[in-house]
Amino acid sequence: MIELHKAGYSYGQDAILRDVSLQLAPGSFHFLTGPSGAGKSTLLKLCYGDLLANTGAVKLLGQDARDLSRDALAKVRQRIGVVHQDCQFLDHLSITQNVALPLAVSGRDVEAEAENLAQLLAWVGLSPRAHALPPELSGGERQRAALARAIIMGPDVILADEPTGNVDWEMSQRLLSLLVELNKMGKTVLIATHDLGLIRAAKAHVSARVLRLAGGSVQLAGADL
Amino acid sequence: MKQIWAILSGAPDADRVVPPTGFTVWLTVFSAAAMAFLAVFALALSLATERLSVRWGQELARTSTVRISAPAAQEALQTAAALTVLETTPGVARARALSDAEQEALLAPWFGADLPLDALPIPRLIEVVEAGAGYDAEGLRARLAAEAPGAILDDHTRWRRPLIEAANRLRTIGWVSLLLIMLSMAAMITLAAQSALAANAGVIRTLRLVGARDSYIARAFVHRFTMRAALGAGLGTVLAMGAVAALPTADVAGGFLTGLGFSGASWLLPLLIPPLAGGVGFAATRAAALRALRKMP
Repeated sequence: MIELHKAGYSYGQDAILRDVSLQLAPGSFHFLTGPSGAGKSTLLKLCYGDLLANTGAVKLLGQDARDLSRDALAKVRQRIGVVHQDCQFLDHLSITQNVALPLAVSGRDVEAEAENLAQLLAWVGLSPRAHALPPELSGGERQRAALARAIIMGPDVILADEPTGNVDWEMSQRLLSLLVELNKMGKTVLIATHDLGLIRAAKAHVSARVLRLAGGSVQLAGADL
Repeated sequence: MKQIWAILSGAPDADRVVPPTGFTVWLTVFSAAAMAFLAVFALALSLATERLSVRWGQELARTSTVRISAPAAQEALQTAAALTVLETTPGVARARALSDAEQEALLAPWFGADLPLDALPIPRLIEVVEAGAGYDAEGLRARLAAEAPGAILDDHTRWRRPLIEAANRLRTIGWVSLLLIMLSMAAMITLAAQSALAANAGVIRTLRLVGARDSYIARAFVHRFTMRAALGAGLGTVLAMGAVAALPTADVAGGFLTGLGFSGASWLLPLLIPPLAGGVGFAATRAAALRALRKMP
């Protein structure tokens, strides 16, 4: 599905990832943890082609990321849902329009998908806020809207970068339960977080692999989590 | 073709993803309006000079003058001799000597109305109108020299050529101006589009994140700038056509200004400027957008 083989990435002279090998098998659930600045976001960006590895290889849905044209990468991204910590909404569009954006850019008829869209917004608990603009939402609502946008295309993989970074405990549990539910539907999930409480809570509901990123390389975390 | 249709039919989804505000809206509309205004005048100039060139060419090519400079006692004789030569010259449709009143009228703008024509040694003028392919000027000069030594043929070649050349150059300048105006419009729209793309880098990043192709992102900007260019050019064209229509009429202005305008079906030509500006906007924005998107990480 997504595979990194001895992938490395440097920002200038600073090597932030070294020889990272990782395989996200279909239907698996992974946590990626590590201190701030360890390279969690960078690794996630390699996983959806926002960055290209300087060394090693990255395969996205079976295709070498380096060989992907811009159009091919756009197509891959329609099958990989990404939830960012800062959500990255278009602030002049309503939440419904933002959530429907992946449909619009892929040329699908948004009007025809109105019912699915409404159901998805209900599932993430945002029906009453459907016509609000992103700046009018709370942190938790924004994260749920970002999750809805990430899954509207029915992606195979969901990548979430610190999805609970700006929300309270209760909301983070709600977001986690949504991600666990998606995993149970067969989606591959990778969550980058430094919130160990979230990981412990998840382990009660799902069989998750926890990867620790430190010193530029990835290790399987011990049972202390 | 498919994309042009998408542009014309609105491309509402793509258009909506870019925030509608920004100074580039007014910059594009204003510059397109100003350029279209100038383009209409450049077009009017080109058409007017084309008409002038044809008219001068035709009028001057069909007429010539024979001047009789002879002592007063011989003037009538030599005039009659010259007329006889002219009447028998192939390619001359008709020839007639101007009357004193007509010569006085010709000289009045320079010497005043109360000119004592009979007291001045003014040569007699014969107006010659050509027929068909015209006459052999050299042959006619030789015959006139033999029959009427005081007769000098002026076939207008000397000053017809520079006049027509001037008109042709003016026409070329008009067309070059049109081309420069369109290029300037393309440059301005390119700058405005680049500015809009830079201002919306965050929007572009989000669109890419959700799987938008560069062609989709470009379409949002292209549609907007094409429409703005066409709208601005439409306004400028209407204003300029109004201004051209308000130019003094032939009776009032006379001369060159008479022709500076459109006549008949040529009034339809300026209406091509708004779609042309839209086309320029389309091409300039699409090139700028795709180039900028290729450079963006």
